[in-house]
Amino acid sequence: MFLTVMTYMGYLLLFIGCFFLVVSAIGILRMPDLYNRLQAGTKASTLGAMCTIMGIGFLHPAWWVKCFLLSLFILMTNPLSSSVLARASLRSGVKPYKLVVNECERYLNEEKGDN
Amino acid sequence: MKLSRLIFTILFLFAVWVLLTGGYKDPQELVTGFLVSVVVSLFTGPLFTRRGLYHLSPKRLWGKFVYLFVFLIELVKANVDVAKRVLSPSLPINPGIVRVKTKLTEDMDKLWLANSITLTPGTMTLDIKGDELFIHWIDVKTTDVEEAGETIKGAFERHLGGE
Repeated sequence: MFLTVMTYMGYLLLFIGCFFLVVSAIGILRMPDLYNRLQAGTKASTLGAMCTIMGIGFLHPAWWVKCFLLSLFILMTNPLSSSVLARASLRSGVKPYKLVVNECERYLNEEKGDN
Repeated sequence: MKLSRLIFTILFLFAVWVLLTGGYKDPQELVTGFLVSVVVSLFTGPLFTRRGLYHLSPKRLWGKFVYLFVFLIELVKANVDVAKRVLSPSLPINPGIVRVKTKLTEDMDKLWLANSITLTPGTMTLDIKGDELFIHWIDVKTTDVEEAGETIKGAFERHLGGE
């Protein structure tokens, strides 16, 4: 009984994970510029990957601890890397799409003044 | 101070090792893991942490624990939000870059705050300079520094700063 519940939980998590991975892929295709693409890509793919890995953990209880650790690593490093990508592209002058406000321009100019 | 950094790094690395290998049955594996963590810590300890064992104080650990749950709920909300935006035919976005001030002083806490902001609904950290965070907001609601800060950081800063 317990094993059946675990199996169903595992498949459910796998399904949710796959759904969010697909959403992130669609997001990357549909969004207009790099920053919005990163937004869609990071969030959905982080939860997607975590859910998929945890689902595997539920299906193979012996791997549970490793899977948990893996998803924790993804949780820590994924947003970091997307932040770094966004920062690098901002500094190398990738133009954002139709901003409502932009507090960054002044700051980037200050940076240029410093150097 | 130096010793506390070293011990914290060793403990952290060793815990990761034990979790990864699941090697509580084999003493040889444990000893190897411990020796490797000591050697690695000797080289990287000062880079890895600044406050050392201070991070393991019960109050801080409890803060992190509560924070994890707050964060997981926000993460799920963020994903539903992104899914809605991506899948709706009109693509409702209204992006902007806003500036937010933080009260946190620890580098590690700032890292967690930046990470959390990146993973919560519609916001992504672009850069940190001193106590200012620059944030790309997919659906700008306000341009005021204080108000934007409260909306974006929300409960995170309070939990992280719980010392």
